[in-house]
Amino acid sequence: MNTPTITSRWTACGESILACRWILPFLLVVGGILSFVIPSQGLLNNYGQLILATVGINIILTVSLNLVNGYMGEFSVGHAGFMAVGAYISAFLTVKFFPYGAAPFYGFPAAVLAGGIGAAVLGLIIAALSFKTRGDYLAIVTLAFTMIVKSVLENIDAVGGALGLRGIEKLTTLPWVYFWTVSSVWIIRNLVYSRYGRGILTIREDEIAANLMGVNTRQAKVLAFVVSSFFAGVAGGLFAHQLQFINPSMFNLIKSTDILVMVYLGGVGSLAGSVLSASLYTVLLEALRPLGIYRMMFMPLMLILLMLFRPRGIMGLRELAWFVPKRDLDAVSPDAVPPPEIKRPLGNQPG
Amino acid sequence: MLEIEKLTHRFGGLCAISDFNLSLQKGELMGIIGPNGAGKTTLFNLITGIYRASEGRMSFEGQELVGAPAHGIVNLGIARTFQNIRLFKEMSVLDNVRAAHYAHVKDNPLTALLRTPGFCSEERRILKRSQELLALFKLEAHAGKPAGSLPYGSQRRLEIARALATGPKLLLLDEPAAGMNASEIGQLMEFIAWIRKEFNLTIILIEHSMRLVMAICERLKVLDFGTTIAEGAPAEIRVDRRVLEAYLGEEVTP
Repeated sequence: MNTPTITSRWTACGESILACRWILPFLLVVGGILSFVIPSQGLLNNYGQLILATVGINIILTVSLNLVNGYMGEFSVGHAGFMAVGAYISAFLTVKFFPYGAAPFYGFPAAVLAGGIGAAVLGLIIAALSFKTRGDYLAIVTLAFTMIVKSVLENIDAVGGALGLRGIEKLTTLPWVYFWTVSSVWIIRNLVYSRYGRGILTIREDEIAANLMGVNTRQAKVLAFVVSSFFAGVAGGLFAHQLQFINPSMFNLIKSTDILVMVYLGGVGSLAGSVLSASLYTVLLEALRPLGIYRMMFMPLMLILLMLFRPRGIMGLRELAWFVPKRDLDAVSPDAVPPPEIKRPLGNQPG
Repeated sequence: MLEIEKLTHRFGGLCAISDFNLSLQKGELMGIIGPNGAGKTTLFNLITGIYRASEGRMSFEGQELVGAPAHGIVNLGIARTFQNIRLFKEMSVLDNVRAAHYAHVKDNPLTALLRTPGFCSEERRILKRSQELLALFKLEAHAGKPAGSLPYGSQRRLEIARALATGPKLLLLDEPAAGMNASEIGQLMEFIAWIRKEFNLTIILIEHSMRLVMAICERLKVLDFGTTIAEGAPAEIRVDRRVLEAYLGEEVTP
């Protein structure tokens, strides 16, 4: 039976490299240094840097959508809408208040943060809708949400209407993308391995039973949607200041589908899967650019093959041991010490 | 402890429970029996807030239950198990029990997102309590396995462990002996008696197994088509004419 868990993976890897937990912080520090060195020393050309930044943005989008669609088991297609809100709010702020070249050092992070918060507020509304509406119906509600966001933006002249918002300064730098990518994965990982995270998982498993075990499912849903949409907004902010031009039709259903593909490719309920698939998908799509229009056939094909042979995605519910808090790993490791001196009446029962 | 007055619930035109009254004392072990479709599980669903009663009043230790949210009712101290096991199948055995501690964790979302020291000490406490519970139920060796992969008997035990993790005063057991053989039922009887003492519980038991019910319950209520047809000690119920009729049919007088 294919129900792998943290443990199966953990024991399978045994004393291997995954047991060395210092490697992840080490890699993070190396990554942080590289994010500064690559642009300053020109280790990669502009195109290479653009792809790296896109990988980071896509990781944020995928990990945050995985929280709702993977861990919580809802089906939201509104991620492009949240992204649009974040992109427009942050871009509007920098364009309006910091004319070209005048942005102070705190201007860009503050704008991105504002974009995230704006998206989170809308996430709260979607969360409220998800109390009553689940499954297919929530998918339709979030689809409608994406369309509403798009038409509203098309009709606001202050942000350029359907023509889009121009003249955005290129403020998205590799260190900023790196910072937000690491933060989003770290925070969502913290959420997943907390009581709220376990509450979010129980919603996927059996919402009524969850309620009857004392889980405040409304609270857990609100938290999942708010955190998820916050990071979608942040990703939108980074995206806008990377591309320097945004228009409403960028954030359509195709964009949402793109993110959905990355989530299901990597595996629902797996952070490592999301990081992996977002990186693979972004790089592959670029590598296939010479194929022209035909490259668009490649991804659907890959998705079909994946669904046939690995229906739960590359990592499907499994997690890289490095991402799991040590306490949770130790608790289920085979040599965990059971609490001593327990009197129990089940002595003669089979285990 | 639990007071139910004139509880009535209708599904459309069907009266699933009508005019049900119950006054349960602390420490009691009460059985509810009745033929299939008599409304026993509906009663549990009403008490635990899955359904909202059409009429009547229910209170637990003075707190009104009708209209309270399901998770709120659990936090008052009422926990239950399910007739058809409803574990969180893809979560680990440990996480099933940890998830049921939801209401007992003192932290807020921000401390969880930033993993503050205060949050970590709460997590340690919950982990320790969960491990103790698993050890009590002889499940500690399976802590990391998905709950759905356990054998049937262990799943039943895990369901009870999970219910106890919510810290109940009143435990509602919905057919715990379903699918068990005679020797397993014997063990279950000892086991229920033991958790009752160890966790200081009041228990309501829905059961089809007469052997189990007659042996451990102090008081029985018999339901048929939503109405209470008999109430009393097991010895009285055994010879009650209406109960025999409900189970075996009426005697045909020539």
